[in-house]
Amino acid sequence: MSVRPLLEVEGLCKRFGGLQAVDAVSFGVPHGAIVGLIGPNGAGKTTIFNLIAGALRCDAGAIRLDGVDIAGLRPDLACGAGIGRTFQVVRPFNALTVLDNVMVGAFKRTRSTVAARRAAWEILERLGLADKAGATASNLTLPERKRLEAARALATGPKLLLLDEVMAGLRPAEIDLTVGIFAELSREMGLAILLTEHVMRAVMALSQHIVVVHHGQKICEGTPEKVARDPQVIACYLGTAPTKA
Amino acid sequence: MNLLISSTMQRRSAMALAFFVAVMLVLPLFAGNYVVSMLVVVLFSAYVGQAWNLMMGYAGQLSLGHALYVGLGAYISGALFVHYGLPPWIGMLAGMAAAGLAGVVIAALSFRFGVTGVYFALLTIAFAEFTRIAFNHFAWVGGSSGLYLPVVTLTRDDIVHLRGSPTMFYYVLLALTLAALALSHLLLGRRVGFYWRAIREDQEAAQAAGIDVFRYKVAAVALSATMTAIAGALMAFYDNNLYPDTAFGISRSIDIITAPIIGGLGTLFGPILGAFVLTMLSETMTSLSANLGVNGLKQWIYGATLLVIVMLQPAGLWPWLKTLLRLDEGKL
Repeated sequence: MSVRPLLEVEGLCKRFGGLQAVDAVSFGVPHGAIVGLIGPNGAGKTTIFNLIAGALRCDAGAIRLDGVDIAGLRPDLACGAGIGRTFQVVRPFNALTVLDNVMVGAFKRTRSTVAARRAAWEILERLGLADKAGATASNLTLPERKRLEAARALATGPKLLLLDEVMAGLRPAEIDLTVGIFAELSREMGLAILLTEHVMRAVMALSQHIVVVHHGQKICEGTPEKVARDPQVIACYLGTAPTKA
Repeated sequence: MNLLISSTMQRRSAMALAFFVAVMLVLPLFAGNYVVSMLVVVLFSAYVGQAWNLMMGYAGQLSLGHALYVGLGAYISGALFVHYGLPPWIGMLAGMAAAGLAGVVIAALSFRFGVTGVYFALLTIAFAEFTRIAFNHFAWVGGSSGLYLPVVTLTRDDIVHLRGSPTMFYYVLLALTLAALALSHLLLGRRVGFYWRAIREDQEAAQAAGIDVFRYKVAAVALSATMTAIAGALMAFYDNNLYPDTAFGISRSIDIITAPIIGGLGTLFGPILGAFVLTMLSETMTSLSANLGVNGLKQWIYGATLLVIVMLQPAGLWPWLKTLLRLDEGKL
């Protein structure tokens, strides 16, 4: 049986001047699945995110969400199609309260202020930010701001959530807590998640499937166990092992 | 507990607002002609400041050429009255439409081609300036020698034809100022208000959250321009004379933005407070300079006071006063 995945990326290419940032990358994110996109710094992970979310236009390739071509859509239209994203360098609406930040996202689904407020509260409670609802976003700690980014993206009611290094800078206990939150979200709401992360503890715990990119190319994909044993992956993360060892 | 505090604060805000409205309503009964005509200037500045604040304070789009919309509102309603005897309120509608259209054109051209921030601000100056120059050579409206509205002396106020005492203009402008306050408050609580503030904070993040940034920015400019034109039309019938250099001049654009900045950008009551403070300061300084016989003293003290306010309260006077009076955060 071959059920069509929710997100299909095929032969995606993006060049910046002389740099082939993304080179014919293909992968899929099945409905309700959590997929990790990993690779060393500069591998092209964030570029791939930007291409999917419409912040960049691809040179070649196809991006389909639920069978609909979304390649080249403006970011707001990509959001409307069902892509929710966070930014690696957080970009909360600083002067707004936490609740208002999330309400901005929730207005994607409703015109009513009352309904948007209710939806925002629910998400804040799920992400453990409810006690900060009245705080101004600029007063949050970095981990809280990362969670706020995710909350705002979630509020738009995405089919696919793109999480760009939301665990960076978190303590191990916070990582486990955040992993638990997203695993539960995905399970309960049937939400598909594509995440990039350098924190391997989180990637391994969350992802059912991992895609590894290096120099813009996909070098490996599979279950976390398979990827962790792959010699090419080990080589690109740790360098080639000396022959004797 | 939080809810309790905010509801008392809301009640205090509502009472403060009611008190303000009551005082403003009865003020002309006790005040002399001089005070009333000064208050007309205050309210004009407060109203236009609110219109500008919607665009800059909330949607984050800086216009340094708002005189353009004042001038269009003034000239169009004035010229239609002079040439065709069209009633001011009808002429005002034409002025509003023209200003709104000008706003849409300027905004759509700029934002479509990615002209934003400081460059957008420069463009707003450019449009105001070349309109000023064009009107200086536009014979139908009197060119650089100005457009004069016939003055008739009436025994009583005629609000239909906008002919009457400063007190009449005072009440018209008071109604407009309160309407603008209500409109701002209403819009802020709605989706459009959330979207504007999101765009002001971070355009890219706003777009990722599903906002059609272009559309909401153009809408902010169009609304602000249309509102500003109303004040222009009133100015035409209050002053009875119009000159391109003052109607469209850069100094008017600067005057428009000073009150909301001093009062508090992106606050509901800031533009109104700023208008009171600045107009009164300016008037006091004028009479002080005259009494002491020192020329230019006014500009010195006025400038120094602005400097002190901006240095001590960079967010404006209203946020500071609001905390002092323990008024609700959101309401005003």
